[in-house]
Amino acid sequence: MMRLGLGERRRISCTVNGVARSGFAEGRTLLSDFLRHELNLYGTHVGCEHGVCGACTVILDSRLARSCGTLAMQADGAEITTIEGLGDSDREPALREAFSRHGALQCGFCTAGVLLSVKHFLQHNPKPSDGEIRDMLSGHLCRCTGYEGMVRAIAEVAEGQP
Amino acid sequence: MKPAAFEYCRPDTLEEALAALAEFADDAAVMSGGLSLGALLNTRLVQPAAVIDINRITGLDRIEVTGSMLHTGPLVRQADALNSPLIGEALPLLAAALPNVGHYQTRSRGTLAGSVAHADPSAEIPLCLAVLGGEVELASSRGRRRVGAGDFIQGALETGREGDEMLAGLLWPKSQSGDGVAFIEVSERHGDFAIAAAAAVARRDGDALRYTLGLGGIEDRARLTSGSAPAAASAFAELAEQAAGDLARQLDPMQDRRASAAYRRHLAGHLGAQALEQALVRAGMEGGT
Ligand code: FES
Ligand code: FES
Repeated sequence: MMRLGLGERRRISCTVNGVARSGFAEGRTLLSDFLRHELNLYGTHVGCEHGVCGACTVILDSRLARSCGTLAMQADGAEITTIEGLGDSDREPALREAFSRHGALQCGFCTAGVLLSVKHFLQHNPKPSDGEIRDMLSGHLCRCTGYEGMVRAIAEVAEGQP
Repeated sequence: MKPAAFEYCRPDTLEEALAALAEFADDAAVMSGGLSLGALLNTRLVQPAAVIDINRITGLDRIEVTGSMLHTGPLVRQADALNSPLIGEALPLLAAALPNVGHYQTRSRGTLAGSVAHADPSAEIPLCLAVLGGEVELASSRGRRRVGAGDFIQGALETGREGDEMLAGLLWPKSQSGDGVAFIEVSERHGDFAIAAAAAVARRDGDALRYTLGLGGIEDRARLTSGSAPAAASAFAELAEQAAGDLARQLDPMQDRRASAAYRRHLAGHLGAQALEQALVRAGMEGGT
């Protein structure tokens, strides 16, 4: 059994966006803080810090995780995808383009988390209904857009249309 | 909004987890998906001496049939339960409730057992477990025991779990073919905490339909009522309204910024009647053919 005492720090090694990374964390260090402050990946945003807003969403070993409700220790040895890892594969370029064209983001604070959810969602449900898209988006709070642009952008990408 | 310092324990086996729990007695928190515990830690509503992270223990994510029961291990994720054909067939009530449990994102890591252990009054999973007459399996280094779901949850965030115990699984009585089930809830947005939720099951027993109706989100834990209806009845609306109304009148509803006590009572009666009627109609139809 691995144990880490009060105030003790330990090296965490994980694969982030396909690259081997490591840094130090205490038992209580949140994965969101580890990504931002140890690995300098500031694209993962922190809003509510208690699991409600979805801004901090990342993909951890193929599951969506609120990184503010996940401990850095839980990422030890794991594979993580953050917003910095979304690039040219799959439908990512189409998603980016559609989000921009439909006004699916304004300030962008929620967008990092939303895009990781969408990536995971479309992998598991490539042809979602409008209702399913809205249901998935209910896991994110956006204070700017009113969500309509996001729904349109995701539906368009899912249909494979420009 | 950061957790207070704690000792972090990551056991590789159940035995190690139980030994750690015994060591910290009343002052350890078991972490599975972290969806409920994470919020409590970050807001410092709980400040345990140790967090025992059970995510690396193999074999805790199984869904198994044991006789007339389905056993779900402590690491069965809500998303996996929702996608499980076994649960779809054997536990249609849970399958109907799961889309209301949190959001697509939170179900990905959130577990069935974690929701029961957390015991939020508005949680759907403990409501279903209680309505189905299921049990909670508790393990400690002293041994194992089972507690009925209704007795396990003692109030808001309060359960009958002893400090050195952890949930080793949930035991769900399997549905029989012909059972009628229904689940309905009202929340601010789909997936948010239920303001009120109703779960009902009905089963044919000779000339009668035996039913259980449960209401969640109204009081500090699920409230149930059971009874029977003549299977030959042409309509169940009146009976369902009566039964749900009687239960709703006995309740002392919570009050918060989302809903007054009076509105909760109104919802309880209304949703309860709808759910119970649906369950009875389904069981009546099935049994009649
Ligand atoms: S910052 Fe993690 S859910 Fe809001
Ligand atoms: S774009 Fe500003 S919060 Fe969503």
